[in-house]
Amino acid sequence: MRHEVLFSGFGGQGIILSAVILGRAAALYDNKHAVQTQVYGPEARGGASMSAVVIDDEPILYPKVKSPDIYVIMSQQGFEKYGAAAPPSAMMLLDSELVLERPACRYREIAATNEAKDALGRVIVANIVMLGAVVTATGIVSREAIEQAVLDSVPKGTEDLNMAALRRGFELGEEESN
Amino acid sequence: MTKLEFMQGNVACCEGALAAGCNFFGGYPITPSTEIAERMALKMPKTGGVFIQMEDEIASIGAVIGASWTGARAMTATSGPGFSLMMENLGYAVMTETPCVVVNIQRGGPSTGQPTMSAQGDMLQCRFGSHGDISTIALVPSTVQEMFDLTVKAFNLADRFRVPTFLMSDETIGHMREKISIPDSVEIIPRKEPKPGMLTYEAEEDMIPGFPTFGKGYRAHVTGLTHNERGYPDATNPELHEALVRRLVDKIESRRHEIADYDAVNPDAETVFITYGPSTRTVRQVLHDHPDEIIGHLNLRIVWPFPEDTLKLFTNAKTFIVPELNLGQMAREIQRHVTGQQVISMGRLGGTIHSPDELYAKVQEVA
Repeated sequence: MRHEVLFSGFGGQGIILSAVILGRAAALYDNKHAVQTQVYGPEARGGASMSAVVIDDEPILYPKVKSPDIYVIMSQQGFEKYGAAAPPSAMMLLDSELVLERPACRYREIAATNEAKDALGRVIVANIVMLGAVVTATGIVSREAIEQAVLDSVPKGTEDLNMAALRRGFELGEEESN
Repeated sequence: MTKLEFMQGNVACCEGALAAGCNFFGGYPITPSTEIAERMALKMPKTGGVFIQMEDEIASIGAVIGASWTGARAMTATSGPGFSLMMENLGYAVMTETPCVVVNIQRGGPSTGQPTMSAQGDMLQCRFGSHGDISTIALVPSTVQEMFDLTVKAFNLADRFRVPTFLMSDETIGHMREKISIPDSVEIIPRKEPKPGMLTYEAEEDMIPGFPTFGKGYRAHVTGLTHNERGYPDATNPELHEALVRRLVDKIESRRHEIADYDAVNPDAETVFITYGPSTRTVRQVLHDHPDEIIGHLNLRIVWPFPEDTLKLFTNAKTFIVPELNLGQMAREIQRHVTGQQVISMGRLGGTIHSPDELYAKVQEVA
């Protein structure tokens, strides 16, 4: 079954890295197929950045997202540009602090930035908190796969911080929020 | 043994180059090919190779040509305006029969155009861009795996045919990440050396002279002027010039069906897509989504020399549809090889790829 995950936020939040880690988890550790693409442009600094992952049990033919079933939105501008038009059948995880509006589709409010800042002391891991929540809220990849993929992708010396962020995200994703 | 990786297309191109024994990279970083220069800068010193960032793309291809004459497997990577700047020296590489690999991660043109967006606007430039009559080889990947595989193949073709060989990719495939399998080793076809007693530019039966690598004791003179079999300029002899240029073209063109690399699906179809690069993926999606309809598909991994016999595999074809990220560059080539069949160009500009719905709508319109 083809799943399409769209990530959006502002440049610097690690939106593209989140998508790369998710694709890596699916492709290498869950033995599925994955394609990661991104809007590659001046948005990379400050504007609304976007990256997408297609995950399937079978080889992926058309590589771009057509109709995402999962939206991960981490900024208001990202919501306006990519999230506002989400179809009713989609599921959205949004950063409850940074996204001001709420979509018409099902959604989960995840306090990723707050948690990263207050509980973990480093706002830079907000994307990893969100990624953990995506995994438990949607089951798109296994916990083991995302743990491996995060460990592969983060700088040496930050493993403990990132794993703490990921596990906090797992908990947030499991909680019922609405 | 193979190693699975989740990798970007541009990085896979570098891995293919390294596997193929590339030991020289001369380049000037340009979007959207920059990751290739970055990674080669990182890898070349660690693998005993040389990376040089040149002052521009004219110098980059010049350095690559020089390195090739020392026996190096040499490459460069560029895009857009950088590719245009390479044209003169690429003609020099054709005339001097210098093997080299040029990667073009195509972006929107003309001029600086759309640096961060996808295009296939240089498909004729890689074939006809340099002055004079030339022939070259061009490969086009449609997956990250093919970025690896076809880069390896490009080095082997360049060495075998002593010709600049192009990997004509684009921003979409260059920046996409997907799973690839990297083998422990790849087949490397070594460059043929001159046979004893033969003149430096005396072609063998395959129309290709052995390569007199600098420093190996051969007496080699290298010139872009029309030259005789000893390599010396003789630029006013009409017969010599005609024979030389015809050989440079024929050594490639006469083997176009042997060089061809393609997939032909549903050869009985009346409506047939012809694609290369990202639109291959879109057409495969259309065929997958409409399994009950017989839609033909010819995917070309090598577009130059153009393998026109592949068109004849579709014996019932009434219409060829050619979706490409330009205003019909390869459609124009296809058109000149068919009679009585319709060729529909679905040229697309702007930087994004065709959608499956758009292509299927065209199939219905044609039927």
